[in-house]
Amino acid sequence: MKRRDFLKMSSMATLATTMNGIPVHAFGENGMFKTRNTNGNILVIIQLSGGNDGLNTLIPLDKYSELSNARANILINQADVLPLNGQPNSGFHPSMTKLQQLFNAGKMNIIQGVSYPDPNFSHFRSTDILFSASDSTTFVDTGWIGRFLDNQFPGAPQAYPDPNFLDPLSIQIGSSVSSILTGANGLNGQAVSSISNFYQIVNGTVDPAPATPAGHELTYIRFISQQTQAYTLALQQAATLGNNLAVYPAGNRLADQLKIVAKLISGGLKTPVYLVNFGGFDTHDNQVDALDHKTGDHADLLLKLSEAIGAFQEDLTLLGKADKVTGCTLTEFGRRVKSNASVGTDHGSGGPMIVFGAKVNPTIIGTSPNLPAAATANDNVPMQYDFRQIYTTILTDWFGVSAATSTSILNGYSSNNLPIFKYAVGEQDLTTQSTQLSLEQNFPNPVREHTIIRFTTSGGMVQILLYDEMGRMLRVLYENDVPAGTFDVGVDRNALPAGNYYYQIHVGNQKMSKKMVVVN
Amino acid sequence: MGAFNRKDFLNELAPTKKQPKQGYDINKDELFLKYSNKSLPLNLKKSRAGLSQYTGVWGVEQKLHLLRRLMFGAKPTDLVTLNGLTMSQAVDQMINTVQPLPAEPVNYYESVYPDPTGVLLGNSWVTAPYGDGTVNYYRYLSFRASWMKNILNQGLSIQEKMNLFWHNHFVTEANVVGDSRLLYKYHNLLRTHSLGNFKTFVKEITKDPMMLFYLNGHYNVKNSPDENYARELQELFTTGKGANMWTEDDVKAVAKVLTGFRADTTTLTTNFDPTRHETVNKTFSAFYNNTTITGQTGPNGANELDDLLNMIFANDQIVAKHLCRKIYRFFVYYDIDTNIESTIITGMAQTLILNNWEIKPVLRQLFKSDHFYDALSMNCLIRTPMDFYLGTARTFNIQLSPLMDIVDYHKAHYSFATMCEQNAMDPGSPPSVSGWPAYYQTPQFHEMWINSDTLPKRMRNTDTLLTNFGYYVSAAFTLKYDVLAFVGSLSTPSDPDAVINQCVAYFLALTLSQTLKDDFKSILLGPGQTNNIYWTNAWNDYINNPGNAVFAGTVRTRLQDMFTKLLRMAEHHLC
Repeated sequence: MKRRDFLKMSSMATLATTMNGIPVHAFGENGMFKTRNTNGNILVIIQLSGGNDGLNTLIPLDKYSELSNARANILINQADVLPLNGQPNSGFHPSMTKLQQLFNAGKMNIIQGVSYPDPNFSHFRSTDILFSASDSTTFVDTGWIGRFLDNQFPGAPQAYPDPNFLDPLSIQIGSSVSSILTGANGLNGQAVSSISNFYQIVNGTVDPAPATPAGHELTYIRFISQQTQAYTLALQQAATLGNNLAVYPAGNRLADQLKIVAKLISGGLKTPVYLVNFGGFDTHDNQVDALDHKTGDHADLLLKLSEAIGAFQEDLTLLGKADKVTGCTLTEFGRRVKSNASVGTDHGSGGPMIVFGAKVNPTIIGTSPNLPAAATANDNVPMQYDFRQIYTTILTDWFGVSAATSTSILNGYSSNNLPIFKYAVGEQDLTTQSTQLSLEQNFPNPVREHTIIRFTTSGGMVQILLYDEMGRMLRVLYENDVPAGTFDVGVDRNALPAGNYYYQIHVGNQKMSKKMVVVN
Repeated sequence: MGAFNRKDFLNELAPTKKQPKQGYDINKDELFLKYSNKSLPLNLKKSRAGLSQYTGVWGVEQKLHLLRRLMFGAKPTDLVTLNGLTMSQAVDQMINTVQPLPAEPVNYYESVYPDPTGVLLGNSWVTAPYGDGTVNYYRYLSFRASWMKNILNQGLSIQEKMNLFWHNHFVTEANVVGDSRLLYKYHNLLRTHSLGNFKTFVKEITKDPMMLFYLNGHYNVKNSPDENYARELQELFTTGKGANMWTEDDVKAVAKVLTGFRADTTTLTTNFDPTRHETVNKTFSAFYNNTTITGQTGPNGANELDDLLNMIFANDQIVAKHLCRKIYRFFVYYDIDTNIESTIITGMAQTLILNNWEIKPVLRQLFKSDHFYDALSMNCLIRTPMDFYLGTARTFNIQLSPLMDIVDYHKAHYSFATMCEQNAMDPGSPPSVSGWPAYYQTPQFHEMWINSDTLPKRMRNTDTLLTNFGYYVSAAFTLKYDVLAFVGSLSTPSDPDAVINQCVAYFLALTLSQTLKDDFKSILLGPGQTNNIYWTNAWNDYINNPGNAVFAGTVRTRLQDMFTKLLRMAEHHLC
C-alpha cells in the first residue's frame, strides 16, 4: 500500500495504531516519516474579532485636525493620548498604559496601515482572507498557519503525534479550531479550553450527564474520550509542569487565555503556534462614552488588551521564555475614518498591527496614516503594507523558513521582509550596532530615469522603502545585510508616475525619511 | 475443498488480502478496563413502562429515536415522511416494508484483475464458477460494496438493521468460508427471511451452503458425525444454553438427524445425500420430552429436519425468550433486569408464539410500546461502527452516482466497510459464531465498541470526511460530508439557531443545553459575535450567488469547523 493510501485509510490516531502489526512509530525510526521540528520559536496570534478601530488605538497626533473633522464625537483629547518614545506623530489610547510601557521598553513593533488591495468589509470574508492569506477575490480553503505546519510537519495532522514530536502542532485556546490552522489534510490544531479542569483540557465544556442509562453510557464515552485524545498526555504534562509567575488581571478573558498559553509554554510544550481570540471590536455604536470619550466599550477592550499583553510579556520574562515567544494582533479590518452618528465607527480598511516580544525591532514601521482634511463616509485609512508582508517576515525571520518556502506557504505571494524583528533567525542583533545612521538626499533630484540614494550605517539589516504622498508603501528599494560603511543604492524610476515620494531607511530601531520628486 | 478452508483461503489471497489486524487487545486496554462496566449497572433507573401501545407525545424526539434505532442514522427526508404519519402508521410502514432483493453485485474489477471465469465488466458474478482466490477476493469486495450501498440507500424500513441482526444471530464468517458466491447467497437468505417466520428461517439457514461449510454440516456424515452445527443450532440459534437444558447426548442426536445435507459448489445449492444420512432412530433427553425422531431412509431422511425443529420449538417459551432477549439487546438496551424480563421479554415471547413464530408482530409490538418511547429507553445504545459510519453518512445524504468510475464507485462504498473493520466490526465476519461480543459479553456489552483504539479512529475519520480533501478512496475520488448540501436541506438554514438546533437533533442522541448550543453557534457567527445577521447574510450571499466560490467557501469553512466539533461529541456515539 502506498503511504498516502495508508495515511488516508488507516486514520491512525494514536501511537497504539499498527500497520500490519508493526507499530507506526517504527516508521519514524526508519525515517519513513521524517519529522522536521520548527526552530523552537513560538508565535502567539491574538485575534481581535470584529475589526479594531486603529485610529482610536494608535492615534496619529500629527493628524489631529483631520481627526477632529472626521470623528469629533468619539475623539480622545489630544492631551490624554499616551506618548511613545521617539514617536512624535503617534500615541496610544489612554487605556493602553501597559502597552505604552512595553513600547517604551523596546519590546514592541508596530506596522502602520496593514491591509490588502481591494479590501472586503464582510467580517467573514475578511477574516477568511487574513486566515488563508489569499487575494481579496480568491477563495483558499486552507489557512496560512495550517500550511506552514504542513511544511514543517510532513504528514500532518494524521501522522502526529509522532515519537519525535508529541505536542500539538498548534493550539487554539477555546473550544473549537479556526480555519487559520487548517492544512491540506485537515485541522493542524488542537482546541484547549481550560487547564484547570482535566476533562476540559481537550474536550471543552460538556453538559452534565443525566442519571439514566443514556447518562451512564455518555459518561463512559466521555471518560474514554478525554483520555484518548491524541495530545492529552502532552497537555496534561505541560499543564502540570508549567507555571505562571506574573499576576494576570481578573475578569479579562484575553488574560485568561494568555495565562494558559504562558503556562503551557513554561511547561515545555514545543507547539510553535498559539491562537487566542478576543472579540467585541465591532464597535458600530457606543464605541465611546459620549460624555467621556476616553471611556466606553472600546476603551474597555483596549484596557483589557493592554493589561493582558502586559501581564503575558512579564510572565514570559519571569519564566525565562521571552526570547522564544513573540505575539501579534490580527484583526479582520479597521474602521472608517469618519465616525457615525451612533457614536461608533463602521467597517473600514487598514490599521496598525502590533508585534511584541523581546526580539522585535522596537519601532513603528510606516508613517502616520494620511487622512483627508474633511473625511466623508467613504474614506478609509490607506494601506501601507499588505498583511502578507508581515506573514512573510514572520515565516522567514521568526520561523526561519526560506524565502522560497514562505512563497509556497503563501500560495505564490512574495515580498521583501519588513524590519519587524531585531534580527532575522540566525542573524546578528542590530540594536547594539545601529548607533550611526545617515540618509542623504538622492541625486539627481528630481528624478527622470535614475537616481542614487546614499546612506551610512554601522551595519546590519538595512531596508529602504518607497512611499507615495498618501503614505502608501510602494516598493522596497533596497534590502541587504551590510557591514558598517557608506553605500550607494541605485534606483530606477521603473514606471513610477511623476509626483512627490518619500523614501525611508530602516535599520534596527532607527529610521529616517527624505522626500524625492519624480518628473517626466 | 481447499478453497473453503480458512487457512488456504488466506494463503491464496496473501498478495492481495491484508493480514488480520494485530496489536490491539481490548483485554490489555487499561482505559477500557478502568472505565467499562465491572458489573451490570443494576442500580440505574430503568424504564418500568410495559408493552401497551404508546399514546404519548409523537414529536421530533420520538421520531428520531424510532428512525435511529430501526435504521442507520436519521435523515431530514425520513423525518418529513414520519411527520405525515401517526406513530402506529410509522412503525407499520417501517416493519411491513420489505424491499425487493437488491441488484446483484457485479464485476467492477475487470481493469484490476480480469475475471478468469469470463464474467464481463458490470455483470453479476454470483452464479459464475469460483475462478481463483484473487478473483474471489475482488468479488468479496464487490459484495461488501453492494451491501454498504444497500444500507446507504435504504428506504424507510427496518430491513437493513434486521439483516444485520440476523447476521449477528445466524453467524457465518467470510474470513472462514472463502467463497464469495456462497457469502452472497447467505446474505440473500438473511434478506429473504429477515421479516418472515423464525421457524422457517431456522430451517432454511440450516440448509444454507455457506452455513453448511461454516459449521461443518457439509462434513456431518453418518460414520463420523460432526457436532458443530448441532450444538450451535441449540446453544445460539434457538434455545440458548442453561442449566437443566439440552445434554451432550442431545447434541450427538441432533448431529445424526442432520447428516446427509451437502453443499454443491457448482450449482451453489444444497442437496440431501441419503447414503450419508444416519437412518437410526434418534432419542432425546427429558428437556425434549424424551422425544424419539424416527430414522428415515432415502430422500425422506431430509424430513427429519422438520421433526427436529418441531421438537426444539416445542420448548416455545425458551426459544421465544432467547430470541426476544437478543432483539431487545439489539434495539433497546443490553441490561435486562428481572422486571424487563418478566414484562417485556415475556410479553414479546408470548406474541411470537401466538403468531406462530412470525417476526413482524413482535417488532411492531416493541416499537409501538410505552417501553420503547420511555425517556429511559432512549439515547442509551452505543452506536456500532456500522451505525456510526453509515448512519452519519446517511444523515449527510452521501449518495454516489452510478455513472462515476466503476472501480471508484465500489471502492468508495466498501470504504465504509473498511472503516468499520478498523473499528472492530468487520461486516460479514463477526469474530466468532457467537457474533460480536458487544451483543453478549457481560457486563460490558456495547461499551466494547468504544475503547482507546476505536474512539480516536472514529474521530479521525469524521474529521477527515469533513475536510475539503476528504477520505481517500483513490487518486481521483475522495469521500466527503457535503455540509453545504446538508444544511441547505434543513428548514431556515439562514437562521443559525435553527441550523444548530437541527444539527444537534440529527447528529446527537441527547440534546444540548442552550449554553453549548450557543458555543456551536458562535462558530457560525464568528468569535465574539452574537448577532445572527452575520450568518444570515453569509448564507443568503451563498444562496443568491450560485457558483460563487468565495461565498460558498465562507459558509462551508464555518460549517466544517462547527461539524468537526459536533461529531466529536460523546453524544454522537449514542443513539
